[in-house]
Amino acid sequence: MEVIASFVPLVVILPFAGALLNLFLGRYLSEKLIGALATTAAALAFAVAAVMTVGITAHGYEAVVVNPPILDSWIYIPSAAIDIPWQMRVDTLSLTMMLVVTGVGTLIHLYAIGYMHGDPRFARFFVYLNLFLGFMLILVTGNNFLMMFVGWEGVGLCSFLLIGFWFDKKHGEGWKNSNAARKAFIVNRVGDFGLLLAIFLIFWTYGTLDYYKPNEVLHIGGEKAAADVLVREGGDGIAHGQKGVFAQTEAWLAEGGHIVSFGVFELPFETVVTLITLFMLIGVTGKSAQIPLFVWLPDAMAGPTPVSALIHAATMVTAGVYLITRNSVLYHAAPLSAALVTVVGAATALMAGFIALGQWDIKKVLAYSTVSQLGFMVAAVGIGGYAAGMFHLITHAFFKALLFLGSGSVIHAMEHGHHHAHAHHESEHGEESHGHADHAHEEAFDPQDMRNMGGLARRMPITFVTYLIGTLALAGIFPLAGFWSKDEILGKAFNAAFIDGKLEGFAMLGLLLAAAGFTAFYMWRQIKLVFLGVPRTEAAAAATESSPSMTIPLLVLAALSIFGGALNIPLGVNSVLVIGVLFITAGFWLLWALPSVRLFFIGRAEPVTSLPSLKPAFRLIALGSAAAFMLSGAAIILVPSLGASYPLETLVLWLEHSVPYTKGLTLNPFLAILALGIGIGGILLAQRVYSPAPLAEGNQDVLEIRPDTRPAFQLANAKLYWDETYGRLIEQPYNRAAAWLAHKLDWEFWHDRFHHTVFRDFYKRAADFIATPVDRGAIDQGFLRIGRAVAQAAARLRTVQTGYVRTYVFTMLFGVVLVMLILLLPLLRQ
Amino acid sequence: MQPAVATEYFVVLSAVLFIMGVLGVLVRRNAIMIFMSVELMLNAANLSLVAFAQQWSNMGGQLIVFFVITIAAAEVAVGLALIVAIFRTKKSIDIDELNAMQG
Amino acid sequence: MEKNDMLINVVLFSPLVGIVLLLIMGQRREERIKWVALVSSLVTLAFSLVLLGAFDPSKAEMQLENLGEWFSLGNYTVSYYVGVDGLSILLVLLTAFIMPLAILFSLYHVKERVRLYYSFLLLLEFAMIGVFVAQDLFLFYVFWEVSLVPMYFLVGIWGSEQRIYAAVKFFLYTMAGSILMLLAILWMGNYFGTFNVMAIKAAVEAAAGTPQGAFPSAVTELLLFLGFFIAFAIKVPIWPLHSWLPDAHVQAPTAGSVILAGVLLKLGTYGLVRFNLGLFPQMSVTLAPIIGVLAIIGIIYGAWVSYAQTDVKKLVAYSSISHLGFVVLGIFALNAAGISGATLQMVNHGISTGGLFLMVGMLYERRHTKAIDAFGGVWKVMPVFSGLALVITLSSMGLPGLNGFVGEFTILLGTAGSPVLGVLFAFFGTIGVILAAVYLLYMWNKVFMGEYRAPVAEHGAFALAPAAGGGHEGEGEDVHAAGEAHGHDNHGAEGGNPYTPLTWNELTALIAVVIAAFVIGLYPRPFFGYMDASVGATAAELARYIPADATAQSIQAE
Repeated sequence: MEVIASFVPLVVILPFAGALLNLFLGRYLSEKLIGALATTAAALAFAVAAVMTVGITAHGYEAVVVNPPILDSWIYIPSAAIDIPWQMRVDTLSLTMMLVVTGVGTLIHLYAIGYMHGDPRFARFFVYLNLFLGFMLILVTGNNFLMMFVGWEGVGLCSFLLIGFWFDKKHGEGWKNSNAARKAFIVNRVGDFGLLLAIFLIFWTYGTLDYYKPNEVLHIGGEKAAADVLVREGGDGIAHGQKGVFAQTEAWLAEGGHIVSFGVFELPFETVVTLITLFMLIGVTGKSAQIPLFVWLPDAMAGPTPVSALIHAATMVTAGVYLITRNSVLYHAAPLSAALVTVVGAATALMAGFIALGQWDIKKVLAYSTVSQLGFMVAAVGIGGYAAGMFHLITHAFFKALLFLGSGSVIHAMEHGHHHAHAHHESEHGEESHGHADHAHEEAFDPQDMRNMGGLARRMPITFVTYLIGTLALAGIFPLAGFWSKDEILGKAFNAAFIDGKLEGFAMLGLLLAAAGFTAFYMWRQIKLVFLGVPRTEAAAAATESSPSMTIPLLVLAALSIFGGALNIPLGVNSVLVIGVLFITAGFWLLWALPSVRLFFIGRAEPVTSLPSLKPAFRLIALGSAAAFMLSGAAIILVPSLGASYPLETLVLWLEHSVPYTKGLTLNPFLAILALGIGIGGILLAQRVYSPAPLAEGNQDVLEIRPDTRPAFQLANAKLYWDETYGRLIEQPYNRAAAWLAHKLDWEFWHDRFHHTVFRDFYKRAADFIATPVDRGAIDQGFLRIGRAVAQAAARLRTVQTGYVRTYVFTMLFGVVLVMLILLLPLLRQ
Repeated sequence: MQPAVATEYFVVLSAVLFIMGVLGVLVRRNAIMIFMSVELMLNAANLSLVAFAQQWSNMGGQLIVFFVITIAAAEVAVGLALIVAIFRTKKSIDIDELNAMQG
Repeated sequence: MEKNDMLINVVLFSPLVGIVLLLIMGQRREERIKWVALVSSLVTLAFSLVLLGAFDPSKAEMQLENLGEWFSLGNYTVSYYVGVDGLSILLVLLTAFIMPLAILFSLYHVKERVRLYYSFLLLLEFAMIGVFVAQDLFLFYVFWEVSLVPMYFLVGIWGSEQRIYAAVKFFLYTMAGSILMLLAILWMGNYFGTFNVMAIKAAVEAAAGTPQGAFPSAVTELLLFLGFFIAFAIKVPIWPLHSWLPDAHVQAPTAGSVILAGVLLKLGTYGLVRFNLGLFPQMSVTLAPIIGVLAIIGIIYGAWVSYAQTDVKKLVAYSSISHLGFVVLGIFALNAAGISGATLQMVNHGISTGGLFLMVGMLYERRHTKAIDAFGGVWKVMPVFSGLALVITLSSMGLPGLNGFVGEFTILLGTAGSPVLGVLFAFFGTIGVILAAVYLLYMWNKVFMGEYRAPVAEHGAFALAPAAGGGHEGEGEDVHAAGEAHGHDNHGAEGGNPYTPLTWNELTALIAVVIAAFVIGLYPRPFFGYMDASVGATAAELARYIPADATAQSIQAE
């Protein structure tokens, strides 16, 4: 296994190599070559991951730690006992993520070749995409928290670059895109702040940032449910700092009463773990778009659609779920944090589902849907359903990528339809038609606004069918992928609520069931608005199906969305029935899809469903699907009553080799039917509400017209005023404070006034003081006064000079006599 | 050899002459008279010098007298020239009118 | 041990040789002058690399020393004592690395008094290397003051509009601090009977255990500490002594800003490590929380204030306050992680902020404005430049994989585990990481992203950008003339593209910065390796002064 796993650096290097090649050579290559290069890099990475998956399965799912051959160490400071290597970890969890990221990534690369056709920065787009894959793979393969953080920030950077990819669009669009990119980066930075603090705490608690040391493996005990971590070599003799974070946590928990000493204070170990996991949660809410940091994700839809599909739906935003799953040991040790994670996730699911009801932008609906589904995953891993969360992560990657790519296909078609209609219009008036390359010559047409669409099902059959599959999968309709994963999450919540009696379990169950209803409703509303009915604009009427490089990924993803649910269905005897039903229904979808495929290859433009020869077949298929539903319902209810149960555990058996505390779950028929009922109910309700015409007069939503639903719709349409609230509470005060600090305090006061008054003016005043009072005053005047005094004295003395000779003579005589007397005095004395 | 006249007499005479000279300088206003009084004082000094020289048989005193006489002559020359010059400007030799030095 | 290593003298005096060569040459031969200056700085770089090769990372003490008597006054002997240890070797290298970049940038942009200009640059290099290698307090002071003079003239002669004001302010502020330091140095020389830093350090360390300590009283030690600290704090600058910095940075010519931010500010932080931590360990431990608070205020304040700037250069200037706040925080974490991170971050800041100033300079040479609002969409017209600038911006922002992150992370990690600061300081310091993204992305968005904003034709705006990179001797004049003609042609043309592609010298400078950013970011191990022994010794020495019951305020849950 070591040999196979040692290829893991390739998984990271390949996308980076692709990025570098395109960065330096992109300008010399054709679009096809660029796309092929990038896609090949992604595909090869997927191949390596697949090979490793086979390898690890063959070797008992044993985790392997790999040191890359070139960059072996990163931050290595012996004197501070810091040793953070570039070290990778291959285990079932990281492989799962690798497969999802590279698999979905490859398809989206392929799709982007068609989608980005003709863009002036075609090469750079693929550079970014490959770069993203590389960082994402670092994130999931790193064996320590800091490497994970490298990927964590790196994908944030790529997200920033790709959201702002069209930074130069005209009419203010470019600035909007740029600001959306900036918003994403900054909000993510807030999350990174939490993650960094968690990393600091981890380091000073454990003395290392490694998940596991190379000599540790996750050891599965006698019971599958109770996984515990044991050290394979070295036993208990390993000193502090020698164990990896998770093994050490287990050891201290078992030991009990451990006190962690930080530089200036001490805390009990349990408190520290709670703090670490809470800080980590901040990071999760940032990257995985949870309350309160989800606000960047809807804006991130400014990026090209493949980006929305890859980064903002399938992979990057699920990093938070991966993080919590990876840290299952810590979250298990911190029930408070886990409960908070659950509540945050469930609340996000409901809140975003509600907002999605009132959106007009086709991608905004999907964006809020993504936030909502991420809420499902986060809640799942919060309640301890790591396999459930990961399962939903995988299926969501399939169907949400599918939906985004489908929406991209729609937008693409709308743009082209608009151009076509526009050109047509102009040629009718005998005017020269503008070049198609100039995307900016129309003003007020929004190709993403669902109000401009309608009736696209006939124009774009493949897109429609695949979109429908995605919608049903997302709505959790049996037996598509979403049904299984959502059901498992709900089952976890149910068990937590009714078996463990956890309060957050009840909250989660209620919130998620409501969110599931919303999901079905807003997705069906979208189908109604976009694909059904009649075209509402010339553009929609002129839209055509997209090119194969875009539709092939749609078909593959549609297939994955159908079968993805099978991932967690055990291959046991008592589940044959379920699998049978799954395949019957899948067959139904495929039968519907096949004519579309045929149409694509034949190139006939008529709507498939109107082909007379196919009508009986469609009737048959419709009947078949109804039968399949009934059969499946019967199976779900009947089989447990016969005494059998369906352990949903394939993924569990796989993940438990890397994620401690992974527990399996048996299918809960009551809950399954309830969830299915809610899903179908949501669809039926939407069908009913939007049935006569999807839009009321004045392009208003039906819900907007009705007085009883009007406030709710408007609230959803206004996105619950999150942006406004943040703007008022954080952004504006920050800006005002910055302006005040910079201009008033720092410049006017500190730089100018303080500097001028205190330093310069003080100096000046001191100088003035020395110059005027001291120098001119004291010193100068002093000398003047001396002079004047001398003059006065001289004036007085002058009077002695009478000018009369006799006075002088007399004085002289007097003097002489005096001198003589003095001389003679000694003689007289004798 | 005994002197013909005792030295005391010369000294007394010299003193009398000197006092006369002093009084002359102090009292008289005529510049010529003052001048003559100065001469009188000089000669009084000469007299005592000669007398003491004889007393002590030291010729130094007599020698100095020659110098004094010479200087007196020079002084007379200069002094009279001054008086003439003053007279030319002031038309008077009354020294009380010569008070330009008054402070 | 012999203390007569010649290599360090060669490194130190090689810029002076360059100056002599420049002075011998005729003043008019501008073409040749700038090449001589460039080669001279490259030679210094080469020698400093040789020095690095000769350096033994496993030794904590001073090495490659050269000691001789300089002059003596009465009882006091001032020695010429130079040497490097792990704390200074990287900074010597940084100085030698930044200087060629500054000269490279100046090649075609500086046209007045060329000989004087390059002479001052090389003199500055001499003085800065001197500060880093001087191991005699008096010698250190001499170099410290000498470094002021060329910078004063660089700002004052080749600066922007308010250059005189800025130059005088810079000079006076720094001088004011230096005076206090001079007093402290003289007192120390008198008290210890020597100016030799190592000897004084040994004396201080020897007195560590005694009840009295190395100094007559705590107040004396405090005053001496402050004498050094204020001088360094002004240079760094530590909040609130920063008000000279925006003036000097903004008014200085680009090369001046690059050196100012890249190296000159490091004189202060280096001094803090070498002298404040080295000679006053007790006082450092006592005052660490206060200085830590100042550093935190600097981090947040600098980031906050730079966000509100409307001038690109000023924004970058204020960002230095924030970045150097990190360095000071790391230094006064007083543990090996913090000091290692701080020392590396000194280098990192030199590279990334130096790069940012180069970037601003290149924009300025093209547009003749530094107003953020005047730009927009530069990425579209200058993709290569923008790509390189992006890397530099991200490095300044602390993106993992680039150099800034390694330093900031290590500093904050050290702060979190510091025996004197702790997690709360790390918490507030980490806020600075968020705010760095806020102001740098604000700059990046406004300047490089958004719609391309064609400039309103400015008079003579095109005159200075050479049309083609003429790298050969004697060709510069022609290039200049061509640029001039080009400018005249364009005077009437509205909205002509002033964003001429990067010339070879600009490209080289930026690429050098970017490569350095990647190397340190991906593989900092050798850099940490060079400083490790010295940092370890410093931290171990400091640890003796930290009371064992520092963990007295334990927060114990029941």
